[in-house]
Amino acid sequence: MLTILRQNIWRVAKRDFSRAWAHTSSVHSVNEQDVEHFTKILSSPSSVISTLSPSFSSSSDLENFNADWMGKYKGHATTVLKPRTTEEVSKILKYCWERQIHVVPQGGNTGLVGGSVPIQDELVISLSNLSKVRSFDPVSGILVADAGCVLESLSEHIAPHGFIMPLDLGAKGSCQIGGNVATNAGGLRLLRYGSLHGTVLGLEVVLPDGTVLDQLSTMRKDNTGYDLKQLFIGSEGTIGIITGVSILTPPAPKSTNNVVLALPSFSNVIPVFKATRQHLSEVLSAFEYFDRTAYDLALKHGHAAPFPAEEVEGAECYVLLETSGGKKEHDDEKINTLLETILSDEDSLILTGTLSQSPSQFASLWAIREGLTEAVSKEGKAYKYDISVPVSSFAEVVGTVRARCEEKGLISRGLVKHVIGYGHVGDGNLHLNVIATEYNDEVAQTLEPFVYEVVASHRGSISAEHGIGVMKTHALKYSKDAISRQWMRKIKDLFDSKGIMNPGKVLE
Amino acid sequence: MRPSPISQLRLLVPIKRCIDYAVKIRVNGSQTGVDTNVKHSMNPFDEIAVEEAIRLRERLKDQVKSIKVVTIGPAKAVETLRTALAMGADSAIHVEVPETLVPEPIGVAKTLRAIIEQEGGVDMVIMGKQAIDDDAGQTGQMLAGLLSWPQATFASKIDVQADLKSIEVTREIDGGLENMKCRLPAIITTDLRLNEPRYASLPNIMKAKKKPIQKLTPADLKIDLAPRLETLKVTEPPKRQGGGRVDNVVELIEKLRVAGIVAS
Ligand SMILES: Cc1cc2nc3c(=O)[nH]c(=O)nc-3n(C[C@H](O)[C@H](O)[C@H](O)COP(=O)(O)OP(=O)(O)OC[C@H]3O[C@@H](n4cnc5c(N)ncnc54)[C@H](O)[C@@H]3O)c2cc1C
Ligand SMILES: Cc1cc2nc3c(=O)[nH]c(=O)nc-3n(C[C@H](O)[C@H](O)[C@H](O)COP(=O)(O)OP(=O)(O)OC[C@H]3O[C@@H](n4cnc5c(N)ncnc54)[C@H](O)[C@@H]3O)c2cc1C
Repeated sequence: MLTILRQNIWRVAKRDFSRAWAHTSSVHSVNEQDVEHFTKILSSPSSVISTLSPSFSSSSDLENFNADWMGKYKGHATTVLKPRTTEEVSKILKYCWERQIHVVPQGGNTGLVGGSVPIQDELVISLSNLSKVRSFDPVSGILVADAGCVLESLSEHIAPHGFIMPLDLGAKGSCQIGGNVATNAGGLRLLRYGSLHGTVLGLEVVLPDGTVLDQLSTMRKDNTGYDLKQLFIGSEGTIGIITGVSILTPPAPKSTNNVVLALPSFSNVIPVFKATRQHLSEVLSAFEYFDRTAYDLALKHGHAAPFPAEEVEGAECYVLLETSGGKKEHDDEKINTLLETILSDEDSLILTGTLSQSPSQFASLWAIREGLTEAVSKEGKAYKYDISVPVSSFAEVVGTVRARCEEKGLISRGLVKHVIGYGHVGDGNLHLNVIATEYNDEVAQTLEPFVYEVVASHRGSISAEHGIGVMKTHALKYSKDAISRQWMRKIKDLFDSKGIMNPGKVLE
Repeated sequence: MRPSPISQLRLLVPIKRCIDYAVKIRVNGSQTGVDTNVKHSMNPFDEIAVEEAIRLRERLKDQVKSIKVVTIGPAKAVETLRTALAMGADSAIHVEVPETLVPEPIGVAKTLRAIIEQEGGVDMVIMGKQAIDDDAGQTGQMLAGLLSWPQATFASKIDVQADLKSIEVTREIDGGLENMKCRLPAIITTDLRLNEPRYASLPNIMKAKKKPIQKLTPADLKIDLAPRLETLKVTEPPKRQGGGRVDNVVELIEKLRVAGIVAS
């Protein structure tokens, strides 16, 4: 009873908070005339999904667009548009700008901070029908594609030419290149190929008033004034809709290998990381971390165990390292020296480990790490904190948060099942996941702002790669000072003075 | 007092280096075969055979005297042998052939017979039921024929009797399982559900580098591996015609009507 009451209070509080922005401008909800207009300006009738006339879709048709990947955030959009061309996106925004209709751009809807779903009944503009590859140059590796192309399908498109996408993440089968750019997604290859701020060469963006900003450059070098495209990388749909992306793709490595090591103690991560960097140098392409509980969850939710249970008894954590190089013999020799060093170390840095013996084993080892996000979501409702902190504090941060949950009795009362940590050691990025039985006000209040304060005490970032979305707007202050926030606000207002783009996201 | 074992088993596991099953197969330009310039690994059924040999040792302890793996293949096949040694085999034989020579099942079976005769005292040959590259599925049966040994093909379970003189094997057959018993020495071919092969552990991968690999040539064994079959042409299956998308039911019905599938 009490929890229901609390949840209601929380809901009301949230509603009031979202009203705050709603009332600042005279917003219009989408109405029947609007739907009729959209039906006219879009070439295909299937581009309009709406519960309003003249479309009359059922609300279940809209469910997937209103709910986020985690099932944590739910919007109440009545209408979803799926334009097929940049011109159609432009027409839609021009109209929304004039009518002051709030819009939410949506890619693959895999975002983990609630940025891709409406807060109230904003119009959803889904990019999934904008899904053509525009060009690929097999000499330079420059790919130009519509924003709605799914990351994995782009990988498949360029693979026969011997290239790979510079980014890779667990959501690759659903997330779109436009969504990746809009969230400045990091992922598993960042250590090797750098961030999208470097690999994205150009963007085509439809600005909130419908103007098309064509910066779809295919040049690696272009120092002609302000680099506007950078503003849209990581802008989370708040200043424009990305419709086209030009991106530099690297040649596929000729030889890849991976190793998973079981470590007796967290304190061995750094010595192993150091040795790895020293011995593998340029062929090291990923160095990932997952703690014991995360590993156990992966096995529980369907991954084959790479080690017999007795060999990893007492392992506190695991690391996965990957090499990508040009010549197998060369890479093998480097891995060999590394493994010999680690195995002969008198401090017994590792309990055991394995080196993949075939492409299939290579894929299975990666699947453990890549499948964690999904394993977590099968286990319960996750509070996800995607943070940057010094690698040496990964375990401490997880421990502090677990202790907090224990202290507040969340674990003994079964509200919280696990507190786990995994992430990209190579980038100092920890995914702290608190897995609750359900999303609950008491859990939320125990964790926030506590977690953000912990992060701030390490001078870290409260969002390393997932963005701010709606989840962290109130916490932005822990990573960006007042002056930075003020200038972010000015930029938002400059592009979107009417505030129609993804309201309530990133900035309060 | 424990009775001391009367005899000890010696296991031979033939393995083959194949294009990895995760690789997309492409026909080469001259249509004489497939593009082999891709990633290779141990034939999955052979991996199961190696795993089963190791499990037999884990169950029977020193009653399994030795696990020897053998491959007939190009220089690079040595990596496949190392993988088997890292999983737990004791020693290996590499019958090296040029990359361009792809031995046929009968050639492989004869080579294995020559090795078994030369080695002497092999009690059990555990091998894959087929290799995933040419899918011939013949070698085990041919070897049994050449040696006049019993064969238990497509095994999904293997039990060695206490006297180490015979085995009981469960086979997967159409519509069910068949249990059979046969005397040793025997040939067993493995099916997919026999076991799940392990990952080689790092310490074992390092140890495997020091395990012995004996090198032989077909000539050493007085075997002629020249192919008896001639491949005329290799082609890809016809491309699937991609489907189209329609926007609504009316359009769909119209298309079906034009195609003559529904009456107008
Ligand atoms: C299993 C799993 C693993 C993940 N792993 C990682 C990881 O390793 N690293 C990482 O960084 N993230 C990861 N994520 C988070 C997420 O997948 C990425 O942030 C992804 O880039 C989002 O792409 P999307 O197309 O799904 O965008 P959506 O979720 O649809 O949208 C995300 C945000 O971008 C905006 N947006 C989307 N498309 C456009 C566009 N065309 N123009 C303007 N704005 C747009 C939306 O409004 C929203 O604010 C993971 C998610 C899952 C579910
Ligand atoms: C021999 C030679 C070789 C060169 N090779 C290259 C090359 O390979 N690649 C290349 O890109 N360029 C090259 N350049 C051009 C030039 O050296 C670079 O652009 C260099 O980065 C300029 O640095 P600077 O400190 O000399 O800046 P300055 O020449 O002093 O200033 C350049 C511009 O930057 C502004 N500026 C300087 N400092 C600041 C500051 N702290 N804050 C704000 N604005 C500032 C100035 O107002 C001016 O507009 C070369 C030049 C020479 C003479």
